[in-house]
Amino acid sequence: MTRRASIGVAVLLVIACLLLPFVVSNYRTFQFTLVLVYAIALLGLNILTGYNGQISLGHGAFYAIGAYTAAVLMDRLGAPYWATVPAAGAVCLVAGFLFGLPALRLEGLYLALATFALGVSMPQLLKYHHLEKWTGGVQGIVIAKPEPPAFLHEAGLRMNSDQWLYFFALTVAAVMFVLGWNLLRGRVGRALIAIRDQHIAAEAMGINSALYKSLAFGVSAMYTGVAGALGAIAVQYVAPDSFTIFLSLVFLVGIVVGGLASISGALYGALFIQFVPNVADEISKAAPWAIFGLFLIGFVYLMPTGVAGAVRMLLVRFTRKGAK
Amino acid sequence: MDAFIHQVLSGLATGGIYASLALALVMIYQVTHLVNFAQGEMAMFSTYAAWSLINAGMGYWPAFLLTVLFAFALGVVIERVVIRPVEDAPVLAIVVIFIALLVILNSATGWIYSYTIKTFPSPFPKEPLFGNTYVSSHELGAIGVTLVVLVLLYVFFRFTPLGLAMRAVAQNPESSRLVGIRVGWMLALGWGLAAAVGAVAGMMIAPIVYLDPNMMGGILLYAFAAALLGGIESPFGAVLGGFVVGVLENVLGAYVIGNDLKLSVALGLIIGVLLVRPSGFFGRVHVTRV
Amino acid sequence: MALLEVKGLHASYGPTRVLHGMNFAIDEGSITAVLGANGAGKTTTLRALCGMVKTEGEVRFGGARIDGRLTEDIVRLGIAHVPDGRGTFVNLTTEENLRLGAYTHKDPAAVESDLERVFGYFPRLKERLRQQAGTLSGGEQQMLAVSRAMMLRPRLLLLDEPSFGLAPLLVRELFEIMRTVNQRERVSILLVEQNAAMALDLADHAYLIETGRVVLSGPADEIKRDDAVRRSYLGY
Ligand SMILES: Nc1ncnc2c1ncn2[C@@H]1O[C@H](COP(=O)(O)OP(=O)(O)OP(=O)(O)O)[C@@H](O)[C@H]1O
Ligand SMILES: [Mg+2]
Repeated sequence: MTRRASIGVAVLLVIACLLLPFVVSNYRTFQFTLVLVYAIALLGLNILTGYNGQISLGHGAFYAIGAYTAAVLMDRLGAPYWATVPAAGAVCLVAGFLFGLPALRLEGLYLALATFALGVSMPQLLKYHHLEKWTGGVQGIVIAKPEPPAFLHEAGLRMNSDQWLYFFALTVAAVMFVLGWNLLRGRVGRALIAIRDQHIAAEAMGINSALYKSLAFGVSAMYTGVAGALGAIAVQYVAPDSFTIFLSLVFLVGIVVGGLASISGALYGALFIQFVPNVADEISKAAPWAIFGLFLIGFVYLMPTGVAGAVRMLLVRFTRKGAK
Repeated sequence: MDAFIHQVLSGLATGGIYASLALALVMIYQVTHLVNFAQGEMAMFSTYAAWSLINAGMGYWPAFLLTVLFAFALGVVIERVVIRPVEDAPVLAIVVIFIALLVILNSATGWIYSYTIKTFPSPFPKEPLFGNTYVSSHELGAIGVTLVVLVLLYVFFRFTPLGLAMRAVAQNPESSRLVGIRVGWMLALGWGLAAAVGAVAGMMIAPIVYLDPNMMGGILLYAFAAALLGGIESPFGAVLGGFVVGVLENVLGAYVIGNDLKLSVALGLIIGVLLVRPSGFFGRVHVTRV
Repeated sequence: MALLEVKGLHASYGPTRVLHGMNFAIDEGSITAVLGANGAGKTTTLRALCGMVKTEGEVRFGGARIDGRLTEDIVRLGIAHVPDGRGTFVNLTTEENLRLGAYTHKDPAAVESDLERVFGYFPRLKERLRQQAGTLSGGEQQMLAVSRAMMLRPRLLLLDEPSFGLAPLLVRELFEIMRTVNQRERVSILLVEQNAAMALDLADHAYLIETGRVVLSGPADEIKRDDAVRRSYLGY
C-alpha cells in the first residue's frame, strides 16, 4: 500500500470510530466500549507475555484490582469516575511491579503456575470478610452511571450516557495505545524482545534484564488495571465472581488470537473475545469456551502469529501485487 | 482438642486426594518437564463419566474400574493427538495448549451435563467406621484408596520392566532410545497413568465437594502446591506434600486465617516455595559424578 | 555381503551440514576402526547410523534400508551404540542400567545368563550392582556403558571412544575384551578411537575421515603404514 493509501485508511478508521455510537444501538455502543476496554487490557498482557515472554495466566487479578480501585474510590470516597482511571493505573503499576520482583526468579512454566494460582485465588481474596466494608464482600459494589459532562450539553452536543462512555473509553484507549506504541516501537520494545528471545545475549549487550522484566510487569499490570477501572465504570458493577480465572484465560485467548507481540493484535483480540461469545451463546452456555479452546489450539498449530500476523501477510501480498 | 484432631484427620483425607493429583502432575513433569494445567479438568471429566455409569445402574466398583480405564485411554489419546505436535514448541505455545484443553474439557462437561451441581456417591458406609467420632468413613476410605494407589504405583515403577523403562525415559530419553525403548509410547503411557490416578482423585473428592464442572479449580491449586512443596521431580515428595498441604489447609483454615481464605494458603505456598526453595523440600538431591 | 552399507550419507544439525556424502561398509564379523581429527564427524557418523541426527542418503543393515527410521527401531534390529559421554542412567542402579540394556529381550532366563556373561568380562560391575550408576568411577561407568550395549546381544556394536578417560592398563584390557566379544560372539564392531595405534592393531579395516568425508580406507595394516596417517595420527 502506498503511504497516501494508508493515511487514507487511517483517516477513514478514525471517522468510523467517531461516528459509530451515532449509527448503532445503545447496546451495541456499550459492546464497543467493552471492546476498547479489553483492547487496553490485552495490550497490557501483550507487553508482558507477547513482547517480554513472561507468561501470565492471572492477569484477571490486575483487572480486578483496577476495577475494585475504581469502585471503592467512587462508592466509598465519592471520587469522580474519570479520576479513578489514573488512580487504578497507579495502584496496579505498583502491584504489578511488586509481583514482578519475585517473579523475576521464575522461569517460563513456573511463572505461569504462580500467576495461575493468583488468578484462581483472586475471587476468594476479594470476598475476604475483613475487607467487606470496603469491597462489599460477595455482593460487590454497584456504581452510578456517569452522565455526559455539562460542557458538552452547553456546546450543543447531545449524547446519552452510553455514547459518552464510549467516547470516554475511546479517549483513554487512544492515549494508552499511543503511549504503548511509543514504548514498544523504540529501544524499550527491542530490549523486551531481546530478553524474551536471547536472554543471555541481552544481558551481554548490557540490557538490565531484571529491571526491564519487573518494569514490564508493572506497566503491563497498569494497562490491565486501567482497563479494569474503565470496565467497572462501563458495567457499573463489581463483584468477586466476575473475576475468576476464566477472565484471565479470556485475556490469554485474546492475545493468542489477536497476535502475540503485536499492538494492533490487541484490537483484533478484543473484537474476538467480545463478539464471538455473543454469537456462540446462542448455541449453548458452554459453547463460547469450547470455541475459545478450539481457536486456541487452531491458532497455536496453524497461525502462531495470530490475526495480526495474517493481516500483515495479506497486506504485504496486496502491496506486492499493487506494485506490479 | 477433639476438634483439632478432627481437623487434622480430615486434612489427611483431602490431603491424600491432593497427593494423588500432585502425583499425576509429577508423573507428567518427569517425562516431559511440563506442568499439565488440564490435569484437574481431566480428572473432573472422568468423574462425570463415572457418574454416568453409576446413574445408568452400574455398581460403584465396576464403574470405578471402568472409569480408571477410560481416564487412562483419555490421557493416552490426548498425549498422542494434542500434545505430540507441540512437543518441541516454545513453553508459551505448550501452556496455551494446556489451557485450551482445560477450557475445552470444562465446557464440554458443562455442555453435556449442564452446570447444575450433582451429588456423587461414596462407596463407604454412612456411619463412621470403627465407632470413631473424628472422621467420616468416606474420609477414612479415601485415605485407604489413596494409599492403595500409591502402593500400586510404587510396585509398578520399582519392580516391573515397564516401570523401569518409564523411569529411564524420565531421566535420559536419548539413552532410552539406544536401548530400544519406544520413548513416544512411554510418554503416552505416562499421560495415561497420570490421568488414571487423577480420575481416582476426582472420584474420591466428588462426594465431598459435589460434582460440578468447576470443582477441580481449587483442588488443582492445592495439588500444585503439594507438588512444588515436595519437589516437582519427586513422587514421594509430592505425596508427602499432598498430606502436608491438606493438613495445613484445614488447620490454618479453621484456626488462623478463616475458611473463606483457604485458597490463599495454596497461593502463598506456591509462591513461597518457588521463591525460597524451587527444588522443593523433599526433592532428592541427584548425586552425579562428572 | 556387507553387514552395514552406507552410501552418500549426509547429516546436519539444524542448518549446519556436518557429513557430506560418506560411503563405507562393514563386513559381517569384522572390526572396523574410524579415525579422524577432533570435529571431523566421527561421533556424528555413529549418530547418523542410529537415526539420532537428520540424514540424507542410504544406510543398509543386513540388506534392508534403515535410514529415516526411529532410533529405537534401528536398535531393535541389533545395533547397539555406546554413545559419546557414555549415556549412563545416573540415577538408576548399576543393575537397573544393565537390565535396561536387555529391555528388548523378554525371556528372563536369557537375561540372567546375559548378566552373568557381562560379569565374566567385567567382574567389577558385579560388586557395584546396587550402587547408583552416577556414583561409579569414570572407568566403571565406561565398563557399564559397554556392558549395557552387550546386554542387547547386538549384531553390530558401535563404540564411540570407549577408552576415553581410562587408565592405560584398563584400555588394553578393554580392547582385549572387544577382541574376545568379536571372535567368540561374532559381534561386528565399529570403533571410533583417538588412540589410533591400538585401534589399528585391533581392527581388520579402517577409515579415515576429514570434515565429514571419507578420505582414506583400507585394511588396517595398510592404513597403519600410510605416511600421512603415521604423521598425523600415530605420531611417528
Ligand atoms: N549438536 C550439534 N549442533 C551443531 N553442531 C554440532 C553438534 N554436534 C556436533 N557438531 C559439529 O559437528 C562437527 C562434527 O562433530 P563430531 O562430534 O561428529 O566430531 P568428532 O569427530 O566426534 O570429534 P571428537 O573427536 O572431538 O569427538 C563439529 O564441527 C561439531 O562442532
Ligand atoms: Mg566425538
